[in-house]
Amino acid sequence: MFRYIVRRLLQMVLTFFGATFVVFALMFANQDDPLQALAGERPITESQRQALTERYHLDEPFIAQYWHYMKGMLTGDFGQSLTGRQIGDMLEAAWPVTFRLALLAAVIAAVIAIVAGVASAIRRGGTFDNVTLVFTLILLSMPIVVIAPLAQLLFGIQLGWFPPTSGADPSMWALLLPALVLASSVFATQLRVTRTSVAENLRADYVRTAKAKGLAFRRVISVHVLRNSLIPVITLIGVDLGNLMAGAIVTEGVFNIPGVGFNLARGIRTEDGPLVVGFVSALVIIFLIVNLLVDLLYAALDPRIRYE
Amino acid sequence: MPGKSPWKMAVGATAIALLAAGCGSGGSDDSAATSNTVSIGIGEPQHLIPSNTTESNGAEVLASLFYPLVDFDAQNQPVEVAAESITPDKTNTTWTVKLKPGFTFHNGEPVVAQNYVDAWNYGAYGPNGQGGSYFFEKIDGFADLQSKDPDGEEGPQKAPEPKAKKMTGLTVVDESTFTIKLSAPFAGFKSVLGYTVFYPLPKAAFSGDGVIAEGFEDAIVGNGPFKMKGKWEHDAQIVVEKVADFKGQVPKIDGITWKIYQEDTAEYADLVAGNVDVQTQIPIESLAKASADLGDRFKKSPNSSFQFVGFPTFQKEFADVNVRKAISMAINRQEITDQVFLGSQTPATSFVSPVVAGYRPNTCGAACEYNPTEAKTMYEAAKGPAEIKITYNVDGGHKAWVDATCNQIKASLGVNCTGQGEPKFADLLTKVEKKEPVGLIRLGWLMDYPLMENYLGPLYSTTGGSNYYGYSNPAFDNLVAAGSAAATPEEAIKKWQEAEDILVKDLPVIPLRNGQNVFGYSEKVNNVEVDLFQKVNLYKIEVVG
Repeated sequence: MFRYIVRRLLQMVLTFFGATFVVFALMFANQDDPLQALAGERPITESQRQALTERYHLDEPFIAQYWHYMKGMLTGDFGQSLTGRQIGDMLEAAWPVTFRLALLAAVIAAVIAIVAGVASAIRRGGTFDNVTLVFTLILLSMPIVVIAPLAQLLFGIQLGWFPPTSGADPSMWALLLPALVLASSVFATQLRVTRTSVAENLRADYVRTAKAKGLAFRRVISVHVLRNSLIPVITLIGVDLGNLMAGAIVTEGVFNIPGVGFNLARGIRTEDGPLVVGFVSALVIIFLIVNLLVDLLYAALDPRIRYE
Repeated sequence: MPGKSPWKMAVGATAIALLAAGCGSGGSDDSAATSNTVSIGIGEPQHLIPSNTTESNGAEVLASLFYPLVDFDAQNQPVEVAAESITPDKTNTTWTVKLKPGFTFHNGEPVVAQNYVDAWNYGAYGPNGQGGSYFFEKIDGFADLQSKDPDGEEGPQKAPEPKAKKMTGLTVVDESTFTIKLSAPFAGFKSVLGYTVFYPLPKAAFSGDGVIAEGFEDAIVGNGPFKMKGKWEHDAQIVVEKVADFKGQVPKIDGITWKIYQEDTAEYADLVAGNVDVQTQIPIESLAKASADLGDRFKKSPNSSFQFVGFPTFQKEFADVNVRKAISMAINRQEITDQVFLGSQTPATSFVSPVVAGYRPNTCGAACEYNPTEAKTMYEAAKGPAEIKITYNVDGGHKAWVDATCNQIKASLGVNCTGQGEPKFADLLTKVEKKEPVGLIRLGWLMDYPLMENYLGPLYSTTGGSNYYGYSNPAFDNLVAAGSAAATPEEAIKKWQEAEDILVKDLPVIPLRNGQNVFGYSEKVNNVEVDLFQKVNLYKIEVVG
């Protein structure tokens, strides 16, 4: 187990450098004239252009810029965005709210998906199963750019159940609507996977044995079936948690939550290379850690799995 | 933990997760509900140092924190505010500024002449890279504060230090008086002084000679009617509160929360729900339902924005003025402002905005009137090109009207017209610089100070900073310069109007639309006005009841 974790950590270092390198290269290739992008349609004077170019090393070749960036990052300095703010501070301000939003969404999605998935697997072909099938199909076919403003208009403005925007330091209540919107983007798949997995395990030999032993149906489902069925679902939830943190660009924009997605969107719009790479680096780390945790969870769920 | 129920694990994990998600929360705006304060929506300002603030978000916030030398009256004439008097010499070259006594910064420092001179020198010094430095160009000695990279931007050598750190044109006479010497006479200089970059900075702003103290930008200290309450909460809000016994004009409200939004549609949702009190620019997506949502709290007022398309001079197919005129006449401006902009913009028929003194309606005359039959005859006689392209930047919401304009050109002239989108305005400029065949280019202009010169100079004169299409007419340049050097504002306007007449003949651009502020406010506030610079009038707005 220990050796396995060390090996995975070493792999993570390589992945981390590879991923940031690719992102940096893409930002660099996309970058035309970030100073003009920042100024919008206003002209930039020559001496201003000169001063800013030197401050942000914009005139140096790609490798040199990447080197400057990595050198800073390894000493804990994420550098400055093109508007002169410390990216370290921006990360610190953005992460908590995104983390809370993603976690809330993940919990909502997982609870609904697992409960509904088990219920529809037990009565396959029943009314509940068919209704959830249609409902998940509808959700799967609606992109979040449609769901988010729609939910805001309906529940935030017309019905007034939730505040229409959340802001920087929202209460649990204010976060609930964006979390539901986010959850809707992932829970349909989780539900389908749970249903299939549970349905399959219900026909397994060990379930028949358990039933023959005279165990209560509840216990058969909750202890024997669910434990074996959750392995693929846990994988999915782990990956989704990463996606939720990264993929909140639209949701955070609509509900005005200044989190990670919000900053990424701004960085991309203003060609702010250091800003984008800083946030993506942090995201890469989150993805890697979540995936490692998911893999370790397998062992807890399935005694047959051992890591050497 | 082998064998135990996965339910326990799941329940435990859920509980921890919910706890983590729930903690650290706080109601953010519950204190504002009853007090005499308002919240106004803005985007995240890029900067808050006055000389680096050229976009409207930062300028709005600074307007609450600072008290300008001059402000503008209803006729857009400059009136002294923090200045007792601003008087030019006979040639309009040296201007003497006398400050009103008794003003202090929020930290207690008295406002003295040196504060202005220090702030302006900082703004003008090239290596500081301040976005508003071009405003100081007119002051004598500005050039010595700039440096030129000896081998160009790409070269390995660094630019040398500029020759000087202080502009020779600025002289402190005594505590409350200083003089500004311009490098050339300019009758309208008083109007220029109304802009954001000319605010003073306290001694506390500088940690050394010409170095802004670390952290000052997040807790700006100004001389205005409001002061910062706490720090600039990036991407969230900036809270300002009233200064006790302020010497200047006293606002009716006790404080402002500048709420920061990234998406103006999110801001609009908050406006309708009453979570923000004023939105100065309602997005076009929400305009259709704005009067239903807001009733008579949905308002319009003129602003200075001017939208047009330019003809790059390297595009030889547009060299004949009749081709340009025919294209202009093929466009039905009224239809586009009504259908695409839902009345939020108005058709432009002159080369300057209606908000400046000296504006004459319809100087463009027949050339800006929709007349498809005559346009077609003229276009065919002048042998205009069979393909027309309009290049625009897609991040500014321009696609709808560019396509509509193209359809009108197609229908009127019987030629093919396509809209060509570029990701950003910077990409468009790059293409123009490389002289690629871009066709017509979409452009817009917001004024910095309310003078005709602020349109004529940057947009149409040979050396104009935003003359991207390369129009050059020495007679025009001379008239603009003559207007700037005129003895009185009235004479200046006369010269500038003559200059505009040349534009009518040359038609280097097609005027399309003048912008308007389309703003809305909540039931909590009253007397909301949005001025030419898209700023809320903070001295008039009040809380209802």
